[in-house]
Amino acid sequence: MFRKTLMAAAALLAMANTASAATEITWWHAMDGALGDVVNHIADDFNKSQSEFKVVPINKGGYEDTMTAGIAAFRAKNQPNIIQIFDAGAATIINAKGAVYPVQDLLEKYGSKFDINDYIPGVRYFYADSKGKMIGMPFNSSTPLLYFNKDALAKAGIQNPPKTWQEFEEIAPKLKAAGYEGFAESHSPWIFFENFMSRHNLQMATANNGYDSTDVKILYNNDDLKNHWKKMKEWKDEGYFGYYGRAWGANQDAFLQQKAAMWLGSSGSFGGLRKSATFDFGTSTLPYWKGVGDAPKSTFIGGASLFAFSGHSDKENKGVAEFFEFLTKPETQYYWHKETGYVPITTAAYELAKKDGYYKESPDAEVGIQQLSEEGGEWTKGYRLGFYVQIREVIYNEVDKMMNGEETIDQAFDVIETEGNKLLGRFHDTYSN
Amino acid sequence: MKRVQFGHSPVPYLFVAPQIIIIAIFFLWPAAQAVHQSFLLEDAFGMSSQFVWFRNFEDVLSSPSWLKSAGFTVVFSTLVAVLSIAISLFLAVRADEVIRGAKVYKTLLMWGYAVAPPVAGLLGIMLFNPLMGDLYILFNKMGLDFNHIQNGNDATFVVVLIAVWKQVSVNFIFFLSGLQGIPKSVTEAATLDCKSPERRFWTITFPLLAPTTFFLMVINLTYAFFETFGIIDVSTKGAPGGATATLVYKVYVDGFLGADMGGSSAQSVLLMIMVSVLTVFQFRFIERKVHY
Repeated sequence: MFRKTLMAAAALLAMANTASAATEITWWHAMDGALGDVVNHIADDFNKSQSEFKVVPINKGGYEDTMTAGIAAFRAKNQPNIIQIFDAGAATIINAKGAVYPVQDLLEKYGSKFDINDYIPGVRYFYADSKGKMIGMPFNSSTPLLYFNKDALAKAGIQNPPKTWQEFEEIAPKLKAAGYEGFAESHSPWIFFENFMSRHNLQMATANNGYDSTDVKILYNNDDLKNHWKKMKEWKDEGYFGYYGRAWGANQDAFLQQKAAMWLGSSGSFGGLRKSATFDFGTSTLPYWKGVGDAPKSTFIGGASLFAFSGHSDKENKGVAEFFEFLTKPETQYYWHKETGYVPITTAAYELAKKDGYYKESPDAEVGIQQLSEEGGEWTKGYRLGFYVQIREVIYNEVDKMMNGEETIDQAFDVIETEGNKLLGRFHDTYSN
Repeated sequence: MKRVQFGHSPVPYLFVAPQIIIIAIFFLWPAAQAVHQSFLLEDAFGMSSQFVWFRNFEDVLSSPSWLKSAGFTVVFSTLVAVLSIAISLFLAVRADEVIRGAKVYKTLLMWGYAVAPPVAGLLGIMLFNPLMGDLYILFNKMGLDFNHIQNGNDATFVVVLIAVWKQVSVNFIFFLSGLQGIPKSVTEAATLDCKSPERRFWTITFPLLAPTTFFLMVINLTYAFFETFGIIDVSTKGAPGGATATLVYKVYVDGFLGADMGGSSAQSVLLMIMVSVLTVFQFRFIERKVHY
């Protein structure tokens, strides 16, 4: 009896051994809730598709928590293979020389093929270096969109959502008369600073929007952007624009509870809104000022990308490369796009979604990718600015002050410029040796 | 004082060792690291690092947002400490007098102690939600034009209210046990001598509570400086325009979110100095007035 048990135990152990023979690839990400389930599903699919590697996704909290966890782990020489880093944190990891294995090098060395032109234009160079080499692999990519309440627009006698801000100015009084605030928006730095520049093809920072060097100055203090914010303040005072502070959710709630007729948010919000809105809504592209810059141009992407940490064995790097190839497969991307509302990152995946008739059944899901595929300009490929998280913080603070009248628009933009440049200077001094 | 020396035994050191080791590992070592970091400009991943003397401190001290945050921290901490001590003292004295249903009162007043700061922050911010918060709607119905989303003073009111509410129950427990520690004979003798309960309170009860009050003052200031972080992060995130960002919150934003190691270490070191000075001041000048 005892012998039998021992043998059974030995057999079990042997089985466990073969099971764990697959090389583990750890992936730290910031996707929780429903998004986390989709991430786990994708990892499962990959693990089932082959037996050599096993991807283990671990949720590390929000974007910032994930980045901090990655930093701490890297400093303790215990870094995961893959880490998800958000747009504003990209400069921090890319400029830390040697911390990451550039995705393009990784895929060229271990993968079967790599062509940057497989990726859709708006996504292609956002996480690339100044020479156009892809460093981080775009993963969850979103873009700012206009959501509109169809009932509210109908009640105010408006046919179509505004394409431009000039059109908005015409319809705003009608919406007000119908009892609505014209619009609310979530995330001013992203929508009305970064993407304002891209939409109008305006230069955002010197040194090629920061891609060429860390010695860079921010160019937000310009008349086009200031005039927009002067209008925003006017609209707020008139009741055409509802300002609910810096919190994403509070502004979205104003739309959901039908106080605001329209809302500027992320293409990634689509799935969530569809679940919680009690009214019929549609999506449209981010409005622009006709005649400013050469609008309309494509917008930047938001969201995050995946980086491969350096300091891992050849075998593990090969696994990362294979997983990245799996991620960019049209089927995987299409699944991700459909489940989450994030845009597909390759042209092939976009074509697959079209062919499958997905946009026929839900045309609103296509607006984000259409906007990203709009004609690009010199300044639409992205930006690379250090300590950008803190610069966004400065912007949030100054927007508050512009909106409550504590500062004039000119004063606020002076602060954004000086504080922004101070932070960029610190970043340059930190990273230039 | 004359020093008396006895033969040393190593045993007492053995007994205090665990405590000393814990302090060394969890306080002294990280504190020393923060001081070291505050003199460096180092990228987040530690790939390059340079010694820059006081550059980080200069940057911090010349930053308008840090100065604003320092000012707010002083106002906020004072308000939180004074209000939560005053209110809880009042409640404790009243609850101590209650005879019928005393237990129920006391339990209800202590209840808030079990609430974690972020939960308190969440409760508070829901009460002040502009679309459905009861207090927000009530204040505006009263004609107050209350808007903490845009008005810094209103936002300060909200975070102070939440922080005080959370702390009152802690202080209440201490005051109540302090009151119950006052010998009955003393209060009875005082009742014979003096008719006015108010006067009795200020001349007998309050001085006897002085050690408790002093202890609570130290505890409450530390609470307002450090532990209110959770409340602020959940409720206002420092808005509007940085009007409710305490120094600790700013360390978090610059260091944890923004990955500026040197800058946030310099801020922590400054904070450490401020709190040390404050504590030394309290012990040297205020504790003298306390009779144990």
